[in-house]
This record gives sequence, C-alpha cells and structure tokens, in this order.
Amino acid sequence: MSTTTAPTSVEKTGQDQAAGTPHKPRRRGLGTSLVSHGILIVASIVALFPVAWLVYLSLGPDSDDYLHPGGIWSKMTFDNYTFVLQHTKFFDWLQTTLIVTLGTTFIGVIMSATTGYAVSRMRFPGYKKFMWVLLVTQMFPVAVLMVPMYQILSDLQLVDSYLGLVLVYCTTTVPYCAWLMKGYFDTIPFEIDEAGRVDGLTPFGTFARLILPLAKPGLAVAAFYSFLTAFGEVAFASTFMLSDDKYTFAVGLQTFVSEHDAQRNLMAATAVLIAIPVAAFFYFVQKNLVTGLTAGGTKG
Amino acid sequence: MTVAIDRATGKRRGDRAPRPGLGQRLKHSYQKHWYAYAMIAPVVVVLGVLVLYPLVYGLYLTLTDANSLNTARTIGVNHIDATYQFIGLDNYADILWGPTAYDRFWSHFIWTVVWTGLCVTLHYCLGLGLALLLNQKLRGRTLYRMILILPWAVPTFVTVFGWRFMLADGGIINSFLDFLHLPAPLWLEDTFWQRFAAIMVNTWCGVPFMMLSLLGGLQSIDSSLYEAAEMDGATAWQKFRYVTLPGLRSVSSTVVLLGVIWTFNQFAIIFLLFGDTAPDAQILVTWAYYLGFGQQPRDFAQSAAYGILLLAILIVFTSFYRRWLNRNDQQLAI
Repeated sequence: MSTTTAPTSVEKTGQDQAAGTPHKPRRRGLGTSLVSHGILIVASIVALFPVAWLVYLSLGPDSDDYLHPGGIWSKMTFDNYTFVLQHTKFFDWLQTTLIVTLGTTFIGVIMSATTGYAVSRMRFPGYKKFMWVLLVTQMFPVAVLMVPMYQILSDLQLVDSYLGLVLVYCTTTVPYCAWLMKGYFDTIPFEIDEAGRVDGLTPFGTFARLILPLAKPGLAVAAFYSFLTAFGEVAFASTFMLSDDKYTFAVGLQTFVSEHDAQRNLMAATAVLIAIPVAAFFYFVQKNLVTGLTAGGTKG
Repeated sequence: MTVAIDRATGKRRGDRAPRPGLGQRLKHSYQKHWYAYAMIAPVVVVLGVLVLYPLVYGLYLTLTDANSLNTARTIGVNHIDATYQFIGLDNYADILWGPTAYDRFWSHFIWTVVWTGLCVTLHYCLGLGLALLLNQKLRGRTLYRMILILPWAVPTFVTVFGWRFMLADGGIINSFLDFLHLPAPLWLEDTFWQRFAAIMVNTWCGVPFMMLSLLGGLQSIDSSLYEAAEMDGATAWQKFRYVTLPGLRSVSSTVVLLGVIWTFNQFAIIFLLFGDTAPDAQILVTWAYYLGFGQQPRDFAQSAAYGILLLAILIVFTSFYRRWLNRNDQQLAI
C-alpha cells in the first residue's frame, strides 16, 4: 500500500512548495455572501458559546451560581481564582502535567523520528507489515490495554509514577507520529541522502546531520501532537495516578465534582486557568498541526 | 557500497536470479538493512513491552476469571497470591450469548455503531460545509477560522464540564428552551437525551479537525481544474460534484477512517459527561472501563474480553474499508 501524497516529481530543494491558492470564483451576488456570513456567524456563536459560558460562570462566587447566571453580573469577582491558586493542589497538578507531557513529547519525538526515517527511506523486509502494526496500535481501544497495563505497571512498581504514565502515553503517540514523520520525510528528496552517502556519511550521520535539520517542521508537528495528546488524556491518568498530588489536570478537575459536594464555581475557574494557556499554545501551532496531520506537512 | 535508498518496492522479485537460501538471504538482508533495524529498534522494544506483551497478557486474562478479589495483591504487609483460574472461552460466550447478554453487550454495541455512524457523518458534513464556506473570498475569513477551531483548541476535558453546566437541570440550555416555551428534556438523566447530548457534545468537539483537514484539501486542488470546468460551462453543483469531491478523495478517506477509529474509541466525553450515572448511554469503551475499574469488585477478565472484542471489530472494519478503497483505486493520505 502506498500511502504518500508526496509529489512524485521531486522539486528542487530550497524552493518553497507553495500550497495551492483558493481558486478565484466569479463575483458572487450579495445574497450568497450574506448567507455565507450568516451561517458562519451562527457557527461561530455555537463554537464560542460553551467556552465563553464557562469563563462567565467562573466569575460567580457561589457554587450554585450556574443555575442563576443572571445574578452573576452584579457580583462578579475573581475570588474563585485566588482560592484555586492558594488553597487547592493546582500547582501540584501543574507540575505533574508538565512532567508527563514534556516527557512524552521528548521521548515520543525522538522515537518517531528514527522510525519514520527508517520506514520512509529503507525498504527493509517487513516494512509494510511494520507500518500496519503501527496503524493497528492506533486503533487500540483504551479498554484493551488498560487492564493488562495496570497489572504490568503494578508489577514494575510504576503505578502512580510519572515514568509509568509517560511510557503509556508513548505507546499511543509514537505510532501516529511515526506515520506523520514518514509522510514528512517522503517529501524530502532522496538525492539529499544519496549525496550525503557519497560524501562518506554513515546512514546515521545522514539522518542526524542532513535530514533532521530539514525536517524541523515535521518534528514540531509531532511534538505538538504528542504534547496535546498527553495533556488531554483522561482514562489512563484517572486510573494510574492514585495520590492526589500526582494528578494531572485532567484528573484534578474531576475532583471538584464528587457525589456529595460540587464546587462548580472553583471548577470553572480551574478550567479557565487550564484552558487559556493551552488554547493560546494551540493557536500558535495549529497551522502546522493541520498540514502535518493530513499531508505529511508542506515544506516551509 | 550499499546505497541507503532502495527504491524498489518489492515488486521486482520476479526478475532476479534463483533465490539464495534462507540463511544467505537473512545475512544479506542484515548487511543491507542493519541500520534500518537499528533505527526502529527502540520503537519495536517499547511497543513490544508496552503494547504487544500487554495484548498477549490481556488475551490470557480474557481466558480466566480474574477480578480484583482473586488476583495477586499486597495488602499492608501481606502478599496474597493469585487464585484465578483458566476458564477458556467462557467469558466470550457469556458476553455474546449468556443471560442478559443483550443488556450487557448488544445494546451497547448497537448504540456504539449508531454513535460512531452519526458522529462521523455529522463531523464530515458540517466540516465540509464550513470548509467550503471558508474557502471563499470572504471578509473576516481568518477571524471565522480562528473562532471555529476553538472547540479543538480547548482541551476536551475542560469543555465537557462547560457542557455539563449548560446541560444541567436548570442550566442555560433548559432555561433558554423554557423561555421559548419548548419542553426542556432532562439531558443528564433520561437515556435518549443523554445519548442526544453525547452526540451533540462530540460533534461540537470534532468538527474543527474535519473542517481544517478538508480546508487544506480544498486549497490543494488545482485551480486550473475549476477554470476548465467554467470554460465548459459547468454549474456550481457540477463543479462541486466532479472537481471538488474527487479532489478531496484522499483527504476524505483518511479523515473518515481516523474519525471512525477516534469516535469508536472516544472515552473522555462520555466518561466525563455522565460519570457513573448513565449505564445505558455508555459506549463499549466506557462500558468496558466501568467493568474493569469503575465497580467493586473489578472484573478484569470481562473488561479485557470487551477490549479484545472491540479491537476485533475495528480491525475487521479497517480491512474492509481498505479493500473498498483499493477497489475504487483510492489511497489513504496518511
């Protein structure tokens, strides 16, 4: 199965391959453009509202304010935020989340880069099967591995440890990132490798000195993907982290809503505190993320 | 010197001299490809230890009656040895045909299929519609795009709680429906509305990814094709049907496959939206999690058996999907 969308004609390196520009249609009537704007505005409101609502609720001081949102206007306050930062385990969660996400990103990118390169460049026996194995691991439902992983990690004394969670996350990010990197490496002309080999570099040297620098955008995409995946994962984090100072944000946030006591106002505030930096980061990288996800990236 | 790149894709085996013996071939292959193997070694090791071994171990567990009461565990200073037994395929038989199998497996299975089908269809259609709108020359296009990808930018576990507040009895959505004098359903209690809410939230979360992927696909369609179509007097619909859709084929087939896999395995949304309160709205993944970790005693064997069944369903689906793609001569753009 050939899976690349890379151009078959190898264009000169250093030349940017500009993405196709949207075609210029004939001038449309006013009506069409009004309808377009109308639909887009409605869609934007739908997209924006739940997030905006969460921010608004986080300003209400009482845990039942979400039922009487009208009352929040008159008593808006940042008390929830100060309380969360001072009296909850927010910073413990931040520490765990950072350790786990950055660890996953670091290990995941290194591994997926070497794998992607090997699969992209070398037709070693069994490489197609290997690619399929990688794709199949993408399909593993949480439930398949959770029980055995839990058993194995507890045998290895890795339950409730950062390393355990990092390794678990790598199993989900590495296969996907390897596909991604393969797509990206496929867009780098083979001639570069050949030139490197002719000049006497080892295969590893070629990879490290020539190809990796050229593949920086692809690496970045893999890093973003790993980061966001590890950040947003709920199931494993909820199960494998037992002590409450080792919760990631995804687990910590759930602690505000228990059976008997729902501190929804604090939860909304925490949610906003988490969402703002992550969303900012996401906006910063989103363009790369999309091109990378669908077409192995375009060189820029 | 061996050249690092061998562009033969394996189809040229036929025109070689008689094949050397196995040992010879292994040796030759090793000499030629040792660095390739060295490069994938770390991944193979990690996947082997953390995916393959657990998978085999999980398979073994499904053939036993393991639960949290009879597996090896340490309580304080006492170490208790495992006492679970091998029971063969009983777990599978019990899940598929046992008493109350319909309530435990088939109802969830049907709901999971419906959920996946509806969600992916909604994701794709809405995503394509928005992508087409954003692909026009419009004022404020960038701003629209920025706003529309917000559901993807904010982590799911955060927005789900936002939705919970909105859907709660007395939350903003029901207040709004009351205001319009429409009946206000109990979103988080009634099974039908729970399912409705789950699909709604998941659609909200999943559209941006589809939209952006398809937008990228739209922008990579050669504009000369549209010009040619206009020359030939094609209507807008014909252009969409014969230029846009074929041009999006490879992106579409990829995002749909990914979408099906992701939706089928979507854990966070249902888990966080309902917690343990909605046994009937659980899709198979969350149900299996509940069996293995959400109840006492934890039923490890059943949970793992569900997992294996899920994986089997997905693998069957994917191989059919690929076959269907190959028959239509399409490629995945992964």
